[in-house]
Amino acid sequence: MTALGAGRRDPAIVRWGLTLIALAFLALFVALPLAAVFAQAFDKGWSVYLAAITDPEALQAIRLTLMASAIAVISNLLFGIAAAWCIGKFQFRGKSLLVTLIDLPFAISPVIAGLIFVLVFGSHGWFGSWLTDHNMQVIFATPGIILATVFVTFPFVARQLIPLIESQGSEEEEAGLALGAGGWQTFLRITLPNIKWGLLYGVILCSARAMGEFGAVSVVSGHIRGETNTMPLHVEILYNEYNFAAAFSVASLLAILALVTLAAKSFLEWKVKTEITAHAREAAAAGGKG
Amino acid sequence: MRAYRFKQFSVLPGFWPAFSASTLYLTLIVLVPLSAIFLRTATADWAHLWKVVSSPQVVASYKLSFGASLVAAVVNAVFGFLVAWVLVRYSFPGKRLVDSIIDLPFALPTAVAGIALTTIYVDGGWVGRVLSRWGIHVAFTPIGVTVALIFVGLPFVVRAVQPVLAETDRDIEEAAHSLGATRWHTFRRVVFPLARPAVLAGFAMAFARGLGEYGSVVFISGNMPMKTQIAPLLIVTRLEQYDYAGATAIAVVMLLASFLMLLVINALSSADRGKGAR
Repeated sequence: MTALGAGRRDPAIVRWGLTLIALAFLALFVALPLAAVFAQAFDKGWSVYLAAITDPEALQAIRLTLMASAIAVISNLLFGIAAAWCIGKFQFRGKSLLVTLIDLPFAISPVIAGLIFVLVFGSHGWFGSWLTDHNMQVIFATPGIILATVFVTFPFVARQLIPLIESQGSEEEEAGLALGAGGWQTFLRITLPNIKWGLLYGVILCSARAMGEFGAVSVVSGHIRGETNTMPLHVEILYNEYNFAAAFSVASLLAILALVTLAAKSFLEWKVKTEITAHAREAAAAGGKG
Repeated sequence: MRAYRFKQFSVLPGFWPAFSASTLYLTLIVLVPLSAIFLRTATADWAHLWKVVSSPQVVASYKLSFGASLVAAVVNAVFGFLVAWVLVRYSFPGKRLVDSIIDLPFALPTAVAGIALTTIYVDGGWVGRVLSRWGIHVAFTPIGVTVALIFVGLPFVVRAVQPVLAETDRDIEEAAHSLGATRWHTFRRVVFPLARPAVLAGFAMAFARGLGEYGSVVFISGNMPMKTQIAPLLIVTRLEQYDYAGATAIAVVMLLASFLMLLVINALSSADRGKGAR
C-alpha cells in the first residue's frame, strides 16, 4: 500500500501530532455537537422524551415534513432522470450552461430561496391577488413549504446521475436498440439497472436535505402551530420557548436521520464505485474503447 | 461547411421529451422565481433601495456576514487540509468512522446544529464553561457566528482536497527527496502547490455557503442589532414586517457580492492552474 509507505516516511512524532490535532478539531466541532443533541434530549429522562415526540403538534410537524419531502424527492427524481438522460447521453449546444443552471439553487442562500417564492406568490407578489381571488394560498401554507423544499433540493439527484450516465457511454443502449428493443424497454432494462445505486444515493441525499431544510421553509411557512410547522421549525419554536428537553428530543429524531444518511452514504459510495469500475472492466474485457 | 445543428445525431431516442421536460421544470421552479428578485429590483424605487442597503444596521450585517464567513473559510482551509492529509496519509484506529463523520455537517439539519452548538458554547455549556474562565465568550458574539460557520463549511475543504492528495504521485516526492529536499521543503514546493487549486475551491465553497447560512447561525448569534445580526437574518426580519422591497434590496446585494466573489476566485484558481502547467 502506497499510503502506508508514505506514512512511514514521516517520523512518528509528526504523524501522531498531526493526527491528534485533526482528531481534536473534529471532536470539538463535529462530534461534540452531535453528542450534545442526545445528551440534552435524554436529560429529563425517557418519559419526557417520549412525551415530546408524541405530542400532537410534533406529530403534525413530522407528517408535514414527510409529505413535503416525499413530493420534493419524487419530482426532483423525475427531473434528475430526464436531465441526466439528455445531458449524459447526447451532445447539444448550451449543455454546460444547462449544467450550471441546474446547480444554481446550491449557490443561493436558503433565505433568498424562500424570499423569491414570497415575491411570486405572496399577498403583494406577482400572483398574490389572483390567488386571493380564487381563494387559494401558497405562502404561509403547505404549497409554499413544498415549493421551497423542491427548490433547495433541486440539484441533488441530477448531480449524482449526470456524471454516472456520462461515464457509462451509450454502447449498451445502442446494442439493445439494434436488437429490436423499444426506447422505454431499453431505458428500463439497460440504463436503469446500471444507475440504480447512484439513483438511490441521490434520493437519500435529497431526502436528508428536504427533511432538514430550515431557512427557506421558515420564510414561507408563517410558523402557524399545528398547521405549517415542519420538524426543524417545531424544534425552533420549542427552543425559543426555553423548552430545551422537548426541542432536543425532536432534534434527536433529525440527528438519527442524519446518522442513517451517513451510513447509507458510505455504503452507496462504495456501491457506485463498484458500479463504475465493473463497467470499465467489462468494457476493457470486451475490447471496447471504455 | 456544416449546417448549424443544435444537437448532434444519435441513435438513442428520447432527447426531445427529456430535454423539454427538464428545461421546463428548471424554468418553472428555479428561473422564473429567481427572476422575480431582479425584476422587483429593476422596477423599484432606487433611492429607497439605496437607503435600505446603506443603513448602518444593514452595513453592519454585511460586515459580519463577510467577516465571519471569511475567517471560518480560512480556518476550514487550514484544518480541512490537515484533516484530509491525516485521512489520506496516515492510518489509525477508527479511521473509516472518522472519514464518514466528516459529512455530518451536510446531513445534520442546520437548526439542530444551531441549537447544539449554542448549548455547548454558552457560558455554562461543555466548552463555554472552560472558555468563560479565561474571559472568552463565544455564544451571542461574532465568535459564535464564526464557530457555526466553521461547522457548516468543514466538509467542503476536506472533500475537495482528499481526492487530490490521494492521487498525488508519490514518485515526485521520492524524486524531490533523493535530490536532497527536506520533507518540509518537499511539502511546500511540491505537494502543496499540487493541492492548492483544490484548497482554493473548497475555501470558495465554504465561504459562499457561510454567506448564505441561516439556520445554524441564528441561535448562537443572539441577533443583537449592530453586533451579531447576519444579513440573511435581516432579510427575514424585513419579510416579517411585510417590507418586500427592503428584503429584496438586501438579498440582491448579497447575491451580486457572492457571484462577484465566485468569479474572482474562479479567475484566481485558473491563474493558479496556468502557473502550475508552466
